[in-house]
Amino acid sequence: MASINLLIGVCVAYAVLLFIIAFAAERGAAQGRRAWLGSPVVYTLSLSIYCTAWTFYGAVGYAARSGMEFVTIYLGPSLVMIGWWWVLRKLVRIGRAQRATSVADLISSRYGKSNALAILVTVMAVIGVTPYIALQLQSVTTSLAIFADPSEATDGGMNQTQAAFWIAFGLAIFTVLFGTRNLNTNERHDGVVMAIAVEAVVKLFALVAVGVFVVWGIAGGPTQMMAQIDASSIGAWSLDGSRWLALTALSGAAFLCLPRMFQVLVVENDDERHLQVAAWAFPLYLMLMSLFVVPIAVVGLDLLPAGSNPDFFVLSVPLSQGQDGLAMLSFLGGFSSATSMVIVATLALSTMVSNHVVMPIYLSVKDTGGASVSGDVRNVVILSRRVSILVIIALGYLYYRMSGGSGALAAIGLISFVGVAQFLPAMLGGIFWRASTRVGAACGLFVGFVVWSFTSLLPSFGEGAVLSQSVFDSGVFGINLLRPLALFGIEGIDSTVHAFIWSLSLNILAFVVGSLVSFPTPLERLQGAQFVNVFAHTGHAKGWSATAAASEDLMIMAQRILGPDEAQALFRAQALSQGSDGYLPDPTPEFLEHLERELAGSVGAATAHAMVGQLVGGATVSVQDLMAVADESAQLLEYSTQLEAKSAELTRTAGQLRDANNMLTQLSVQKDAFLSQISHELRTPMTSIRSFSEILRDAEGLTEPEQTKYASIIHQESIRLTRLLDDLLDLSVLENGQVSLNVSSGPLNDVIEHAVLTAQAGFNAALPVIRRYPDRAVPMSTDLDRLSQVFINLITNAQKYCQSDAPELTIEVAQDETFALIMFRDNGVPIPATTRALIFEKFARINDQDGSGAGLGLAICREIMTRLGGDVTYVPASLGNCFLVRVPLNVPMPET
Amino acid sequence: MASKPKPPIFLERRSYRKRRLMDAVRLLPVVGALLWMVPLIWPVVGEGDVPPQQLSNAAVYVFGVWVLLIVLSAFLWRAIKAPDAGVSSDEGQG
Repeated sequence: MASINLLIGVCVAYAVLLFIIAFAAERGAAQGRRAWLGSPVVYTLSLSIYCTAWTFYGAVGYAARSGMEFVTIYLGPSLVMIGWWWVLRKLVRIGRAQRATSVADLISSRYGKSNALAILVTVMAVIGVTPYIALQLQSVTTSLAIFADPSEATDGGMNQTQAAFWIAFGLAIFTVLFGTRNLNTNERHDGVVMAIAVEAVVKLFALVAVGVFVVWGIAGGPTQMMAQIDASSIGAWSLDGSRWLALTALSGAAFLCLPRMFQVLVVENDDERHLQVAAWAFPLYLMLMSLFVVPIAVVGLDLLPAGSNPDFFVLSVPLSQGQDGLAMLSFLGGFSSATSMVIVATLALSTMVSNHVVMPIYLSVKDTGGASVSGDVRNVVILSRRVSILVIIALGYLYYRMSGGSGALAAIGLISFVGVAQFLPAMLGGIFWRASTRVGAACGLFVGFVVWSFTSLLPSFGEGAVLSQSVFDSGVFGINLLRPLALFGIEGIDSTVHAFIWSLSLNILAFVVGSLVSFPTPLERLQGAQFVNVFAHTGHAKGWSATAAASEDLMIMAQRILGPDEAQALFRAQALSQGSDGYLPDPTPEFLEHLERELAGSVGAATAHAMVGQLVGGATVSVQDLMAVADESAQLLEYSTQLEAKSAELTRTAGQLRDANNMLTQLSVQKDAFLSQISHELRTPMTSIRSFSEILRDAEGLTEPEQTKYASIIHQESIRLTRLLDDLLDLSVLENGQVSLNVSSGPLNDVIEHAVLTAQAGFNAALPVIRRYPDRAVPMSTDLDRLSQVFINLITNAQKYCQSDAPELTIEVAQDETFALIMFRDNGVPIPATTRALIFEKFARINDQDGSGAGLGLAICREIMTRLGGDVTYVPASLGNCFLVRVPLNVPMPET
Repeated sequence: MASKPKPPIFLERRSYRKRRLMDAVRLLPVVGALLWMVPLIWPVVGEGDVPPQQLSNAAVYVFGVWVLLIVLSAFLWRAIKAPDAGVSSDEGQG
């Protein structure tokens, strides 16, 4: 049996070893030898502070009581790590980008750098975690006591209180020494991380060693072990499904939210890629940690007398077998679990307390504007952190002293988990939901905290301790719905599940409703966009508008926080990057943003923001700044819209050009066709004129009648030629718009009658004309001669081309307000549909058998009507052909 | 019309493989959660006539799933960190 002095000696030696390792790590880091320090192995091992003494010792006790259920505490974190891509990847990126120093800092930073929120989170964290620290102290002292005298497991033969005090003292010294050596989170706590990595190895090795001893040394191999497990009192499967589900979820949530886990996961993260290694390596660690829990529990239940505390089977089983060395190793494992947890938890909490509680008070009390000693704020920060560490460990110790019995502490682990899980909605909402607001986060946190206190924390002290018996039985103020263990009258739920479900669901409800009904400040919206779109935004948005803040003032402030050397280096680097050669960069928004981030690494986002704000003259986020944060995709969209508009414009222009080109080509074709037509038309009469004139000149012996005949043919052809040229000239004049209208007034009927008479004059058999005039005369004011020309043409056409046994022409006149409508309808053979489109074209002859027409008549008609402001169209009719002339009653004034 | 340049619709075999690996990474925790919730439907003591699940079997199952997830996760990590992984689907999300 090891003496208590030997134990203390081992503890001290172990502590000294840790100090040496931490020192060596710090020295190595200082000399740039970070290759091993910054490896994913160390990162993964540092995550093992999740496994505290509560899990090291408690898991076996848990298994001895309820079988496999203990494993849920490891399943949640395993799932979170395996699912690193979903949450942790983003959390780590944000934490690094925003220089988050703690979970409180992250939440405060996300919601507009609100210090009130940071204080709320800090207070909740301290209340939630302090009992947990007390639990570690208790574990160590109890294990010491068991070692000293296993028969009296709960009350050893030594002064436990004194032992706890010295352990707490040692831990405080270690944390102060290695946790506050530097301020900036850029320089990680290499010594601490290295020490806890070593402790992780120690505790894993210890637990596996005990497990191997139990399985192969006592049970006699895995097969016998399995049989023994099934034969034991916990061998049959008894599972509370709601606990299995809820505890898995709870441990996953706590893994993300516990301040110490945030510290090692995010703050101490050296390289984001380490996360991918930890994604499988940490579940492996957890798996190994829990692999031998059930065997140890079963063997413990089997070997040790009834009534032994199963929480310390890890220790008491080897002791009972006389394996003092193994028991010592096991003790060191528990000691490691406890110390590493306390160190990191204290570090994380002290950062929170110092940054969010002490520093704001200090800055508001002290006149910070005046000239001060370089580095004075830095010294205050370091001092406040050290004091915070001492205070928190002292709180843990006090809690341990006050709670005394182990019974109250046993449940603290899960209670603490539920407490910190209240951060989850604000945290996840903050990184995934841009619309979540400070009001929502505050509401959610507060409601969650209150419900957790009422359903979990306060009842844990026992009935009648804080909450009276009557509250347990009949609710607050006798309201039955407000019973701490049966909220809203729903009974029969396991108390942890009850607290977890109610606190978290009411928390989420308050968070969502608060976010939906409130409106975020510009800074919140800015930060929200940066958090949620952390992968989309590589650059940082500017939170400060350019101001008159003097660089000297900023320099003084930076020196006060960072210390002179670091501040000067920072300013020098910034000045160089701005292209200036001096030591003072221009206070551009980029520089202010960068400076604030650097300061935030030391004193937290809210404090840094407030301090920069003091010098710059208030946080000013302009609308332009917010606009600048607008998604890059929006900018791309705008750019692409512009491109699209330009391209559409180009397409339009190209289309216009194409149309113009087509028209020109068409005109050219038309011109060619016209020339060939006109040559043909001119050639025919010219040929006959030449032939007959040659006959007259050369032939001899022509009789008088023959001479007359030939001469009259020449005459006729000349007339035809003249008429053709007249028509062409007419058409040309009309088409060029050079014609001047000779406007006169007269009734339409007279014009038609004149046209009928003129048209019929040259024909032997006059075409019968049926006239349908309106009752009243239609007065016209237009170029009556030209109009008459159109009528004559139409009537002549009908006369010439109407093929019918009894040809006749119907002329109908109608009138509306502005137009006279004259319809010329014959009863001949209709023009084929295919050629109708051509009849108004030049030289278009449809059924001109004798070839007397030049094919210009209708073209001239159309031109005339266009000049008169009307038109002439072919109207398809069932029988015969019909032309409709539309002419305005009063000709529009000529443009000239 | 010329809109903004779109990523190619079809990837070459290698990037395609990388993206599917990322899909697997995303899916893995869901699979794990489902498998680990299977014990909820096992028969327990004092419920019906079915004999309760043996604790050793339960432990083998739970640890088996654990090992499976660890092995798959480690395999995916190795596959993804292979040269010029780029993990293009890594960016622009969220």
